[in-house]
Amino acid sequence: MALPLKYNFRNVIVRWRSTLATVLGIALVVAVFVLLRALARGIEASSANTGDARNILVVRKGSQAESGSIVTREHFRTIQYLDEIARNERGEPIISAELVLIVSAPRRNGTGEANTLIRGVTPRGMELRPQVKLVDGRWFVPGKREVVVARRLAARFAGFEIGGVIKSGQDRLAVVGHFDAAGSAFDSESWMDADEARSIFDRENYSSILLRPADATAATNLITRLERDKRLALRAEREVDYYSKQTMTAVPIKILAGLLGTAMSIGAVFAAMNTMYASVASRTREVGTLRVLGYSRRAIVLCFLIEGALLAAMGGVVGCLLALPLNGYATGTMDFQSFAETVFQFRVTPDLMLMGLAFSVIIGVAGSLLPALRAARLPVIVALKSI
Amino acid sequence: MTVPNIVTIRDLTKTYQQGEINVTALNNISLDIEAGEYLTLMGPSGSGKSTLLHIIAGVDRPTSGECRVQGIDVTRLNESDLADWRNQNVGFVFQSFNLIPVLTAFENVELPLLLTRLSRKQRREQVNTALELVGLLDRRHHLPKQLSGGQEQRVAIARAIVTDPALIVADEPTGNLDSASTQEALGILQSLTRTAGKTVIMVTHDPKAAAFGSRSIHLEKGELVNE
Repeated sequence: MALPLKYNFRNVIVRWRSTLATVLGIALVVAVFVLLRALARGIEASSANTGDARNILVVRKGSQAESGSIVTREHFRTIQYLDEIARNERGEPIISAELVLIVSAPRRNGTGEANTLIRGVTPRGMELRPQVKLVDGRWFVPGKREVVVARRLAARFAGFEIGGVIKSGQDRLAVVGHFDAAGSAFDSESWMDADEARSIFDRENYSSILLRPADATAATNLITRLERDKRLALRAEREVDYYSKQTMTAVPIKILAGLLGTAMSIGAVFAAMNTMYASVASRTREVGTLRVLGYSRRAIVLCFLIEGALLAAMGGVVGCLLALPLNGYATGTMDFQSFAETVFQFRVTPDLMLMGLAFSVIIGVAGSLLPALRAARLPVIVALKSI
Repeated sequence: MTVPNIVTIRDLTKTYQQGEINVTALNNISLDIEAGEYLTLMGPSGSGKSTLLHIIAGVDRPTSGECRVQGIDVTRLNESDLADWRNQNVGFVFQSFNLIPVLTAFENVELPLLLTRLSRKQRREQVNTALELVGLLDRRHHLPKQLSGGQEQRVAIARAIVTDPALIVADEPTGNLDSASTQEALGILQSLTRTAGKTVIMVTHDPKAAAFGSRSIHLEKGELVNE
C-alpha cells in the first residue's frame, strides 16, 4: 500500500520556499506551452470557422491562395449559367465573382505597415457568407469608394475606424462600417463593391468565384466538370476544404511550440529533479524509518514520484491560470498563404489546459524518477544512520 | 515449564569494509532470548550491540550465521518478504524517535497499520488503544514539533506496539531524554513485558536503564563477554 497523499502534500507545503521556486518555474513552462498551442489553435479555428460546406470556391489551377489567383470574366460568364448552380428566389444564380487585393496600411501601434486583404464582393457573395454581420455603421454603396472593415482588423490598423480612410496609391477608400465575421478568416478582411474594386485597382479579371450548387450531387458534378475542362484551367473545391488547407499558417507556430516546449521542459525537468533530490536528501532517515516500518522499495519510489507529480501539477495549475487571461485576446500574424495580416484569437480551451496539466505531471514524474530511485535503493541501515 | 525461545542466534558474524580495513562487528555470536524477556544489550561504542539488534530486527544482514526469530531465519528472507515480516513481527523504538514531522501523533502511529488489511475503523481503534497505553490519547492531533522529547518517544513506543508485535527492539531509547522522561519510557517498556508478554530487546549505555531489564548481556569487540 502507498503512503497517504497527505504525507506528500504536507511535505510539499513544509518546504514552501523550494516548492514555490519549482512551481513558478514549471508554471512558466506550462504557460508558454499552453499559449503557443492556443495561438496555433486560434489560427486553425479562424480558418476552420470560415467555409460553408454547401459552397464551392473556384480559383486558378496551381494558385495557393485567392490573392494569387486569376479568374477571367469569360470564365465567370461560362460558369454562371451552368445548370448545377442553385438559384435564389428571384431566379438569379447564387454565384459571386470576387477580387482579392493586398493593400499596405499603417499599424495602429506605430510598428510600421503591414499587408491587409481587401475583398471586392457582390450582393450574392454576402448572401453566401451569412456569418458576416454588420455591427457598426452601414454597408458600402455599390459604385462608391467605400469599404466596410472587420472590427477586429480595425482595432489593429490606423485609419480603419468609421470615418477613416484607407489609402492605396492615389486612391482613397472611405471606411463606412465595421463587420464581425464570427471568428472566421473574414475577420482579417475589408470588403467593398467588386466592380468598384476592379475599377479602382485597374484589374481586368477576378481572383475567385464563390458559388452555391443546387445540391450535393450537383456539387460533385460541378467540381468534376470544372476540373476536367482543360480550357478553363480552374480548380474547384468545397469552401471548407479550401480554408482548412489555409491552416498552414499555424504550422510554423506549432513547430516553434514543439521546439520551445521541448527545450523549456528539459529545463523544468532538471528544476524538479533538483528540488526532489534536495527533498530526498533531507528525508533520508525518514525513508529509512518508513522502510523499517515495512514500506517496500516500490512504495518509496511511488511516494516520491507522486510528490514530484503533485509539485509539478501545482505548477501546471498556476501555468494554466497564467495563460487563461489571454483567452480571446485578438492578435495577428502574417498569413503565409496570402502574405497579408491575419487576425485571430488565442484559444485557451479546456482540453489545452488539460494537456498543459498532463505536460506538467510528465515533467514532475520525469524529474522525480532518479531521486525516487536513489531514495529506494539506499540500504535501510545507511538511511537510518543519516543525520 | 520451559519458556520457548523467541530468538535463536547461532554463529553470527558480521564484517564490513571501512576504507581498506576489514572490520569485524560481530564475531561468531550464539545467543538465545526467551519470549517475554526484557533483555538489555550493553557495551562500549563499536562493540557491535546495535549491529546485533539490527540483525535480530531484520534491518541488517549478517555475513554468516543464523538468526531465527519465532522459528523464521530472517537472514534468508528476501528484501520484500523481510519488509512484510518487520511490519508484522517487530516494533522499533529509536534514539531520535524518528517520527515523521509532517504527520500528527495519530497519523504516525497509524503508519504501520496502513500496510495491513484492517479497516479504517479498526485502525482508528488500535491507534487510540496504543496512544492511550502511553498516555497520549489527548495529544493525538499534535505534530511531533508540538510535543516534548518524552512525549515524542512515547508516540514512537505507541507506533512500535500498534501492530501488536511479539518483539520490540529499542536502540538507545533514552539517549535523548531527560531523567523523568527516561523513567517514563523505560517503565512503559517494562510493563509491556510484564503485562502484555512482549519481548523487549534494548541497547543502552546507561546502567540505570539496564536495571529495568530482566537480563543484561555485554558485548565487547563483537563478542559476548559475560552472558
